[in-house]
Amino acid sequence: MSTTESQLRTNEAELIKSVCAGEREAFYELLRPYERMIYATAISVVKNPADAEEVAQEAVLKAFSHLSTFRAEAKFSTWLVQITYNEARMKLKKAHPHLYESIDDQQQNEEGDFWPKDYADWRPIPSELLEQKEIRQAVQNAINSLSPSYREVLVLREVQHLSIKETSTILGISEPNVKTRLHRGRLLLRGSLAPGIDGSWIQGQPYRKARAW
Amino acid sequence: MATIEISCVEVWRQISDYLDDEISPEMRERMEAHFKACAHCTAVLDGTRNVVELVGDGRVFQMPDGFSKRLYKKLQKLP
Repeated sequence: MSTTESQLRTNEAELIKSVCAGEREAFYELLRPYERMIYATAISVVKNPADAEEVAQEAVLKAFSHLSTFRAEAKFSTWLVQITYNEARMKLKKAHPHLYESIDDQQQNEEGDFWPKDYADWRPIPSELLEQKEIRQAVQNAINSLSPSYREVLVLREVQHLSIKETSTILGISEPNVKTRLHRGRLLLRGSLAPGIDGSWIQGQPYRKARAW
Repeated sequence: MATIEISCVEVWRQISDYLDDEISPEMRERMEAHFKACAHCTAVLDGTRNVVELVGDGRVFQMPDGFSKRLYKKLQKLP
């Protein structure tokens, strides 16, 4: 564990003690760095902002009332994401029971290779592009169009920057499975984003579509 | 020692692990030699790296306006 990480854990452990001793203000401080993480986890499952906000609120209330059950050997952020993830899945299950069944079905089919769709040449995207709301929306839409099993892994790994091990714990799947899904998710996203959104976001950059076959 | 050649198919299979540095130094060396010689696989690598950067950028999943305020309001209402 790095020094920064162990410091963070010590600080969090202190805050948790305070909350359990009745200092509610300490919970706000504990929670603040993870708000976006909670929201992103929720929206990766339920997809729409209103539902995601509701899930996030439910998850936070649950975390607050169950804080005394949090074990110090766990990571607080992972614990929070786990709670949020469970809440989100429960909401989805209630709203779309059939969709939920199909998610489980997909999880059994992880075998076989997965190839890139084409050899599209894609120059590095300038980071300023993400200042544009439409571009952020386009990336979100591309993520949303992935099947849930890829989307969830992708969000935990790429957006939340959780480790392979943490992702595997939260989703209850094996580490090789996390890697396979991440790999496929990335290639699928590349396929849907590389051509640009009507070519508009790669203006001025050459885009060449080429197939080897 | 000469680097053992690797096929495009094998490169695609490993591309994600390559980006995450989850491969052996030997495999990395073989893949790097392949990328030097294969423009197609380099394009796939660049695109996949772009995806990782785009998705990982904190601005993609922005919280709705007033999200924090509403969240803390809910918490305050707790008995």
